[in-house]
Amino acid sequence: MKLVIVSGTPGSGKTAVVIHTLENLVDDHDVAYLKVDCLDTEDHEIVEERLGVPAKAGLAKDMCPDHFTAYNLERAVRWAEEEGADVLFVETAGLCLRCSPYVDACLGVCVADVTLGPKSPAKVGPFLSTADVVCVNKGDLVSQAERDVFIKKITEVNPDCKVIETNGLTGTGCELLAELVEKECPEIPTDMRDVRLREKAPLCVCTLCVGETRVASDLHRGVLRRIDGFMEYRGE
Amino acid sequence: MEVKKLTVLGGRDKDGNPEPVRELELKRGTVTAVVGPTGSGKSALLRDIEVLARGDTVTGRKVLVNGELPPEDLRFNPRRRLVAHVTQTMGFLADCTVAEFLEAHVEAEGTDVDPYDVLEVANRLTGEPIHPDMHMTELSGGQSRALMVADVAVIGDRPVVLLDEIENAGIKKHEALDELTSHDKIVVVVTHDPVIALRADVRVVMRNGAMTEIIRTSRSEREAAKLLEKVDDWLLELRERVREGERIEGVEPPEVTTA
Repeated sequence: MKLVIVSGTPGSGKTAVVIHTLENLVDDHDVAYLKVDCLDTEDHEIVEERLGVPAKAGLAKDMCPDHFTAYNLERAVRWAEEEGADVLFVETAGLCLRCSPYVDACLGVCVADVTLGPKSPAKVGPFLSTADVVCVNKGDLVSQAERDVFIKKITEVNPDCKVIETNGLTGTGCELLAELVEKECPEIPTDMRDVRLREKAPLCVCTLCVGETRVASDLHRGVLRRIDGFMEYRGE
Repeated sequence: MEVKKLTVLGGRDKDGNPEPVRELELKRGTVTAVVGPTGSGKSALLRDIEVLARGDTVTGRKVLVNGELPPEDLRFNPRRRLVAHVTQTMGFLADCTVAEFLEAHVEAEGTDVDPYDVLEVANRLTGEPIHPDMHMTELSGGQSRALMVADVAVIGDRPVVLLDEIENAGIKKHEALDELTSHDKIVVVVTHDPVIALRADVRVVMRNGAMTEIIRTSRSEREAAKLLEKVDDWLLELRERVREGERIEGVEPPEVTTA
């Protein structure tokens, strides 16, 4: 089975790009779709209704949504196998920009919203810099020059990625993404123990992670980083 | 890679019938107009050219580069993009001045073009002067179009330029086309405007998703185009005078008889 992991900032058009890409795949493939979100989502219902493919949602609730994705990837793969799928799309919530949800044996797709401006590629971190394919979305809203600058900034953080200009409203460009899914996406190993994340999650386990709500700095323990850059471990 | 020409090989119309025009050749330094009613497939044709279709788009067309199916890499490698697209709707998000904007683009393209050359070209295309210290967001539609046409002509080193209906822009259209062809571009322009359609070397007629005919611009059409250019310049000038708050009295249309 092929695994496609799609990330991107909220509102960048991930679901729209995925739907149009699936439309290009459903004739020749059995696809399944998993949406990971934080508190609520209806994307899986939209996908199921529009395309009639097995679709499911996972809500991370109190857990970090990217960690939740990594932890549940094996379950997702098993579910898609049970559904008889040969391609599984996992769409992530993509929020704090510090994790990359891609594993080694997947096609990592980042949907980048060009309206976030030319500084955004440097800011969004590993889900862009470790992607295989970057879909530059909403390009119709800006000028050619701004698209050029934006794409240049993408290649500065991810020199080897493939770039597709997509339009989530009309679906243009998504046929090219479908083609890359068919040609470039590796098969996921049967033993999930052989599958690794491309990028380590940032190191930070602190008392806030386990429920501290007070802000006074002397009450905090764990791996802590100060605004001036000083980092320390405080604890036992 | 040096692009000398593109060839569009016909696919199928919206009903799946073979496209009447089997081959459309696009050469450097030429302008090809795409005409046809709304929904006839003009944008899809531009799109096929932009993505270098290889029978995998909805139209089934193929686009050859220098007579050959281009390598896959040309489609996905951001460093090797062949096509610049000046679209119909164009806003700027850039929170900066015209000079800063052009400098950022020059830097991104890695060329040593002088941004002021772009400005000079842009100011030839629009009646409303653009100053380097103007803010991008305060440019009018005409100024934006002029700046973007100048930008793709001068800064971008893409051999192919696609223009989507520049007629509504309030710029000197024929000079915009001249500027692009003088930079030896392959220019494809979707248009309903006779000034542009007759200025083109050929025009492709679209119907029901298909290229149905290629019309080579005749000598008398070229003559007509020259007259239309005069009318167009006249209208543009009036437009600027109205904008300046002038009273327009006793206007005479330009001489529009053939020599």
